[in-house]
Amino acid sequence: MGNMYKLLMLRYGELGLKGKNKSQFINRLVYNIEYALKGMTVGQVTSTWGRIIVPVQQDMPAVVEKLQKVFGIYSMSPVICVEKDMAEIKKAAYTVLKDALPQGGCFKVESRRSDKTFPLISPDISRQVAGYIFDQPGAEMYEAEMYHPQNTVNVEVRDEAAYVYSQVIAGAKGLPVGSSGKAVLMLSGGIDSPVAGWMAMKRGVKIEAVHFHSFPFTSERAKEKVVDLCRLLSAYSNTPVRLHVVHFTEIQKAIYANCQEDYGITIMRRFMFRLAEKIAEENKALAIYTGECVGQVASQTLESMTVINQVTQMPVLRPLVGMDKEDIMDFAQRIGTYTTSIQPYEDCCTVFLPAHPKIRPHLSEAIEMEKALNVEELIAEALSKTQVLEIKA
Amino acid sequence: MQEIYFDNSATTQVCAEAAAVAMQAMLQAYGNPSSLHKKGLAAEKILKEARRDIAATLQAEPEEIIFTGGGTESDNLAIQGIATTYASRGRHIITSAVEHPAVLDTCKQLEQKGYQLTILPVDDKGRVSIKNLKDALRPNTILVSLMLVNNETGSIQPVEEAGRLLAKQSHKIFFHVDAIQAYGKMPITPKNCGIDLLSASGHKIHGPKGVGFLYVRKGTRLKSIVQGGGQEQNIRSGTENVPGIAAFAIAAKIACGQMKERKEQVYKVKQAFLSGLKDLPNIHINSPEDEKGSEYLVNISFLGTKSEILLHCLEARGLYVSSGSACAAKSDTLSYVLLAMGLEREVIEGAIRFSFSPNNTEEEAKNAAVIVVEEVQSLRQILKGK
Repeated sequence: MGNMYKLLMLRYGELGLKGKNKSQFINRLVYNIEYALKGMTVGQVTSTWGRIIVPVQQDMPAVVEKLQKVFGIYSMSPVICVEKDMAEIKKAAYTVLKDALPQGGCFKVESRRSDKTFPLISPDISRQVAGYIFDQPGAEMYEAEMYHPQNTVNVEVRDEAAYVYSQVIAGAKGLPVGSSGKAVLMLSGGIDSPVAGWMAMKRGVKIEAVHFHSFPFTSERAKEKVVDLCRLLSAYSNTPVRLHVVHFTEIQKAIYANCQEDYGITIMRRFMFRLAEKIAEENKALAIYTGECVGQVASQTLESMTVINQVTQMPVLRPLVGMDKEDIMDFAQRIGTYTTSIQPYEDCCTVFLPAHPKIRPHLSEAIEMEKALNVEELIAEALSKTQVLEIKA
Repeated sequence: MQEIYFDNSATTQVCAEAAAVAMQAMLQAYGNPSSLHKKGLAAEKILKEARRDIAATLQAEPEEIIFTGGGTESDNLAIQGIATTYASRGRHIITSAVEHPAVLDTCKQLEQKGYQLTILPVDDKGRVSIKNLKDALRPNTILVSLMLVNNETGSIQPVEEAGRLLAKQSHKIFFHVDAIQAYGKMPITPKNCGIDLLSASGHKIHGPKGVGFLYVRKGTRLKSIVQGGGQEQNIRSGTENVPGIAAFAIAAKIACGQMKERKEQVYKVKQAFLSGLKDLPNIHINSPEDEKGSEYLVNISFLGTKSEILLHCLEARGLYVSSGSACAAKSDTLSYVLLAMGLEREVIEGAIRFSFSPNNTEEEAKNAAVIVVEEVQSLRQILKGK
């Protein structure tokens, strides 16, 4: 990428469809872009009709890399910005072409004109630019090609200026984080839940993570692993990710001591959802995200999900529900959470894992067994010892 | 909360003298010993003195000491070095089932490359028998590698007898001793025990991490495993870690100078700790309780507990120890050392290593025992379930 590009032009796809709420979404996106670029040498981020412009003083590739993690950006192009003057536009177009195809090759010129007062219509702009290019000394190495060009030189004539570019880099797409409200994410430290969190954020949901910590039955390293995962996820967020570390030890012990062994996981999961709902309510979150997937383990059969889900009125969203384990692993690798997730520190100690967990639990039995426990008191105690951490990328 | 550090076989706190020497070498004598100017000479002098001091602790010659990046590297260098240098004489290596992975895995790697490997079994106290060693010897045996003090149990191997046996053979068999848990804690004179190579590490005796040495008896040739500028007699290239080496030397000098007093102190600590546990039922001491075990550590199984959980329970009370095995759901990681000693699964699952330093006090040991008794009882209660 040549260093003649001093501006980055961003497009937002889906946002354009949001009608009257559009400006709210765009403001959120601009805010998230500014947050992602904190500490980098960039100028004032501005939004004009349909585009966001970021002036980049130096290190364009690093800026692009940061912005590839900002949801809501459809694509980006490093652009040359010139006066709305054909002579300037032509010169810039040739510069862009030489940068993109220094050894020569097939190209075409595509033009768009949103400033309808500009004297030339789009096809004429393209024709004149191409004509200029072929008139230049040394341009014999370039050929026009309409259908399969190696490169397309784009000219956009807009109200404020004209932009010339050839490169279009894919963005993360989705919606800007924070534009769809807030939810809690049950984050175990395994492979699935970070991916579920990523998917929540991709649809514009801001997340607060909830982790159930059973020290001394699980180690401080299991917690540290979840902190690391939050750090990775917060790179996709517009704010530090808040992590609620719930003191789960007494609940684990009480279940182990008082409930039938094969129902251990069912009842444990019921407690987790009760706690997640409480934390969601306290933090004005509207839903619970989990990394569950039908049929993956005993607690994820439809029967188990029914019995577990019964403890909460809140929507429980399971973005991985239709995926196979292999796909989830690929996904985790793509978003960069996999190597952290496979560290050997478990979030649940083997002593609490029944040898034969109930695959088809019954609600009535679970409720009956919980009568041996002081559910309200256990929940209150766990919440009172919950630690909240703010984790920055 | 008072902190009690009983994990000194994992690593020790650097002593003030060693830290001061390292800092001095970092801030003032920062030259490269290979440099021709006087800044280089100053660093070289420090290195020379350190080498002399370390050699003196073993009644060895300075040129018999090769500084390395730590115990693991020393073990690798000794075994790979001998195996490749003397491959033409034979390709049979003998070691034991309870060696550190630095030895065991290096030997197994050589086995994959076509060497023959005999792994000697151990008895229920983790010791190899001289008879088994004798039976395992072959005309093409080139190397025997045994550890002096086992890192998990403290069992002391009959290294002197092994050395005598090997010296009696009609062909030369090199003898490597991993003394990482022993150096500075018990007297060792390699030349009197038929030892050709001996590994030691700085951070087990209140020196810094990242530095160790390999004693290489005069006349023993050794191919290097890292290539470079030819330092350390071309056996271990790389600019010498002058601050680390200087600090290691002072820590070694102090440890060896105070060996008897330290041993007595640690013995008292260990006895105070053990007597605090004597009323706790269902425990199994996996370490030898006589002179065949080191004073510096003891491995105890608390039946009806899981060592990793117990470790975290003790940690929550300020007592730091090591567990023999992890309880990760997906990995079955029982201690191979305790398995080799023929211990039952239940015993191994509850095994904890307590390892001491002369910095520990009897007072700490008594408090630690109280904490252990309480935590073991409460954990047993929880794990018993309904």
